[in-house]
Amino acid sequence: MITQKKLSTKIGIYCLLVLGVILSIGPFYWMLIGSTLPSGEIFHLPPKLLPGDYLAKNFQALNESLGIAKIFWNSIFIAIVYTIASTFICAMAGYAFAKFRFKGKNFFFFIILFSLMIPFQVTLIPLFELMVSFNWLNTYQAIILPSLASPFAIYLMRQNMQAVPDSIIEASRVDGAGELKIFFSVILPVTRPTLAAVAIFQFMSQWNSLLWPLITLNSKEMFTLPVALSSLIGMARIDYGQLMLGTTLSTIPIMIFFLVLQKQFISGILGGSVKE
Amino acid sequence: MAQAEKIAETTANIRVKNRKYLLTPKSAPYIFIGPAFVFILIFTVYPVISSLFLSFQQVRGVEKSFVGLANYSRLFHDPIFYKSLLNTFEILIIQVPIMLFLALVIAVGLHSSLIKAKAFFRISFFMPAITALVAASIVFMILLDEHFGLVNYLLSFMGIDSIHWLTTPFWAKVSVIVVMTWRWTGYNMVIFLAGLQNIPSELYEAASIDGAGKVKQFFMITIPLLKPVFIFTVVMSTIGTLQLFDEPFILTHGGPNSATMTITLYLYEQGFKFFDFGYASAIAYVLVLITALVSWIQMKLVGDIEE
Repeated sequence: MITQKKLSTKIGIYCLLVLGVILSIGPFYWMLIGSTLPSGEIFHLPPKLLPGDYLAKNFQALNESLGIAKIFWNSIFIAIVYTIASTFICAMAGYAFAKFRFKGKNFFFFIILFSLMIPFQVTLIPLFELMVSFNWLNTYQAIILPSLASPFAIYLMRQNMQAVPDSIIEASRVDGAGELKIFFSVILPVTRPTLAAVAIFQFMSQWNSLLWPLITLNSKEMFTLPVALSSLIGMARIDYGQLMLGTTLSTIPIMIFFLVLQKQFISGILGGSVKE
Repeated sequence: MAQAEKIAETTANIRVKNRKYLLTPKSAPYIFIGPAFVFILIFTVYPVISSLFLSFQQVRGVEKSFVGLANYSRLFHDPIFYKSLLNTFEILIIQVPIMLFLALVIAVGLHSSLIKAKAFFRISFFMPAITALVAASIVFMILLDEHFGLVNYLLSFMGIDSIHWLTTPFWAKVSVIVVMTWRWTGYNMVIFLAGLQNIPSELYEAASIDGAGKVKQFFMITIPLLKPVFIFTVVMSTIGTLQLFDEPFILTHGGPNSATMTITLYLYEQGFKFFDFGYASAIAYVLVLITALVSWIQMKLVGDIEE
């Protein structure tokens, strides 16, 4: 009797989970299939469940209307440069807050907390004016620089670097290591998991970012993937095959990256807020 | 004596050694926070202040003139702005509870000892959280198409007439909620799951020995111990929803009839479609106030519960 009850609970939970998986993965699968179909067949009902042979043609069309290779490169270049520079800068600042005593520390940290709580939309208009006055519209630096020092990443680094024992820093000092050397060869290696999490978080937020690039980029060659995709929707006649391929291209790299680095990825996207 | 000399010698040595380096323990922290602060001052602090001044100005091309509270009083009489506020709150109040409930149910199911292949399920549920909001919105835009969309097709088997998802005010809002829920449920689920795994199993064992059933255990142990995680997800989802932009921008462009206009979308339109920088800045500052107020209320509520 008890086992029967257990069995039915088990089946119930599995049904729920499988339904959830279908709902979560279904749209992905449909998107992948859609990228291999001509525009008309995407709306074919019942939906096609197997890939078609239109992938190359969709790619050609997408390349003609957007120059997808350049756009893909823009997204990759911006995201990678941003991730490396931002992780590095935020790690340095986080380290200073975690392990040093210095004049004005509280004041500086207050500014970090303040920036953390302000919605970024407030900065949009003056930032845009700033970009105009620097003559930076349609440039990589306009996308990369404004969010380089992420208060969230600094805060996270500080939290995690506080756990590094003071004794190993002191020991290196006694051994005659300079401050820079300590940072590079002691601190960075021991905080690698945090660095990975922050890097993934920064990469994802830059790769997926729409609003700011939408404002600063208006020439096609400089578009990032999200901006390019949103521009496809604005067209008078939407080519859905192209659109599906575009969304696929913007998702696939992250998906591969995710399947390889699941653990770091999950803690990264959750902003290191979850300890497992 | 010899020892004291030795210590003095080592300290001197360290001093000499330190002098060789660019950074001393005293100057190092300033060098380390330096780059971050330069960027924060230029790209966050300055714009935040500048935006406040702009909200009291009228901007026409390059000309700016001080207009006092005119932008704010215009906001108070702007029906679309009210609508965007109302929409944002409607979506907040409906979407966040639904999403968190689903996330909790899935997390509890997945945490059950009866379930195998946990890793597979966890990855699958987390997948939507790695998609770009733009990509997710585009896929759903097509799935929700009223004539040829897959969703209406599937609903027709259940005898439901075709729903005008993106073209009627009510269903457009529902569509935005659907996309948000699809995108974020797995994300919150993983947070809950980690929270569940951190609850010591001895507590459940002890409760079983005392004769507490599964349901009672859930309400007496799981829910209270999950509270901090729960608060975290509520705060994060609330802040995210207050800044809602990508989904309505792609799905409906704020329409039909401003039914999915959100605060940020309206700010974007005023600022970068009509280039009314003063007015857009006033909207931005209202958003700051609302965010501060909502965070304050949530903190207050949490504090009260904890006391």
